[in-house]
Amino acid sequence: MGYNMTFDVESGDFATAGQASRKIKKKLQDLGISSKIIRRIAIAGYEGEMNLAIHSDGGQILLDAEPGVITLRLEDTGPGIGNVDLAMTEGWSTASDSVREMGFGAGMGLPNMRNNADGFEITSRPGVGTKIKMTFDL
Amino acid sequence: MDKLFHSVYLDRSKCKGCTTCLRNCPTGAIRVRGGKARIIENKCIDCGECIRICPHHAKLARTDPLKSIESFKYKVAIPAPTLLGQFKQRYSADRILTALKSIGFDEVLEVAKGAETVGRSLEFELEGGRDDLPMISSACPAVSNLIQVRFPELVGNITTLKSPMTLTARMAREQLLANSEHNGLKDEDIGIFFITPCAAKATEVTKSLSAGDPMDRIDGAISIKDLFRPLSAALGKGKCEAGLHTASSEGFSWAVSGGESSYLGKRRHSLHVDGISNVISVLDEIECGRLSNIDFFEGLACTGGCVGGCLTVENNFVAKMRIEMRAENERGNVVPALSEDDLRTFYASGDMHREQPLEPRIFQPLDEDFDKAIEKMNEIERIEASLPGIDCGSCGAPGCRAHAEDIVKGFARKIDCIFVLRDRLETLARLTNEMLQMGQPMSEQEETEDESK
Ligand code: SF4
Ligand code: SF4
Repeated sequence: MGYNMTFDVESGDFATAGQASRKIKKKLQDLGISSKIIRRIAIAGYEGEMNLAIHSDGGQILLDAEPGVITLRLEDTGPGIGNVDLAMTEGWSTASDSVREMGFGAGMGLPNMRNNADGFEITSRPGVGTKIKMTFDL
Repeated sequence: MDKLFHSVYLDRSKCKGCTTCLRNCPTGAIRVRGGKARIIENKCIDCGECIRICPHHAKLARTDPLKSIESFKYKVAIPAPTLLGQFKQRYSADRILTALKSIGFDEVLEVAKGAETVGRSLEFELEGGRDDLPMISSACPAVSNLIQVRFPELVGNITTLKSPMTLTARMAREQLLANSEHNGLKDEDIGIFFITPCAAKATEVTKSLSAGDPMDRIDGAISIKDLFRPLSAALGKGKCEAGLHTASSEGFSWAVSGGESSYLGKRRHSLHVDGISNVISVLDEIECGRLSNIDFFEGLACTGGCVGGCLTVENNFVAKMRIEMRAENERGNVVPALSEDDLRTFYASGDMHREQPLEPRIFQPLDEDFDKAIEKMNEIERIEASLPGIDCGSCGAPGCRAHAEDIVKGFARKIDCIFVLRDRLETLARLTNEMLQMGQPMSEQEETEDESK
């Protein structure tokens, strides 16, 4: 018994980026999740959404709410990350200058996601794409 | 506050159920039921959007009539800074305040004075460092309400400094009571009235009568709109009383978006945003943790700031220009009444801060039981998928999603959607037709079949 929902995120679509996180927030409020946990999910979800828009060729955010745990999966197709350990260090970023000028992609993305989630797994295949799974205990 | 009071209300006799307000309410607080609008109390933030937009003037704000001041022996008017933007430049601020006093008040004290105190104290609030940045202004009650309703996690970011209105009321009452030997006034003799540009402030005034420190209470809120005619009539009459206008240009600039932030100067990163939908989109970003490098966020629900309040008279852009021109002409005229040291002493006394921090307004989940909530959520999504998705509002909810939610919560029926109704009627008509057409021949056929057996 669970609730799940999929959100598509297009590459380079900064104008609507943040919409998926907003919708996720509203749904979790309706489900009665505590606002503290929602905020962590919103922060991690927003980072994820931005990563999809900035670094990938597009992908999906999958929300899964079950008793005891909320799972957020980010799955994209795109260049992938060559050195995951390096990407997990704070401050590291591959964002292009133009993206940085918009205030996005200043590093921190992955570590910020990990810091806000209770569980964090990442697998990436260069040239194929990246999969991230975050869990939040209720 | 357990009981919610709202200044904004509906005049049922004027409402045509046209659904215009429905789609313009930022918190989805309106439904049209039985041909009339209804406000869902715990979602309404008193922003006044529906008052502005209703083509039939059916949405109104409850404020006090001028004659309500008569029940007090000593009457004090505390006008919002916006008042100065309602009249042409050729009327000096003293002239405007003289007119205000002349229509029945014993004393006038500008809320811009309280604004000065709050503005200068913002830096103290930031000095010690804060867990949650940006610190959020408490000046606009509609924005504070919005945060309580839609952004519960940000409630702690709102500064606990009292609003300029509250501090001004307190200053006026304290001064009068400190002189009671001379003026012979007792607490209950004093009636303090806020001259309000908006509904949200009127609600805040009503709340002050039942909650918080009694010294902060405000006895009534009179709208700028209601006073505009008597004030206009009084402007040309009598002698202008000098010295009524005591506020600095920085103080009355709070009428315009950015006036408050300017107190922090360049040392701090502050962001000021006006218009409720703009405020919502920035709060969304703050909640997602994107703006923690900013020290201060000033969000005002009305376009341009308080000059755009739903109970003002003058066009908000014109009023803004007038405030800015007055500020330009008066820059540096007023030296702050409190020295830096006195201000710090006041700040440390605790009287400048609200006793109880704001609390999130309880958000009602679909069900207290998580399993059931999930079930209902799935049900909502199934129903939503079966609705046309054009958010026409004719069902009485602000959109198809909201209608699906209302159905699952038991507040509405699926056939309140005219498209669903039309489909059902079509099906019904087709079936009836089929039955009619089949009626006679069918029975004959059956009979013949029977005979052939
Ligand atoms: S805008 Fe709202 S309050 Fe005004 S007439 Fe239409 S439904 Fe009624
Ligand atoms: S005052 Fe604002 S929140 Fe309240 S019903 Fe009207 S539009 Fe909605």
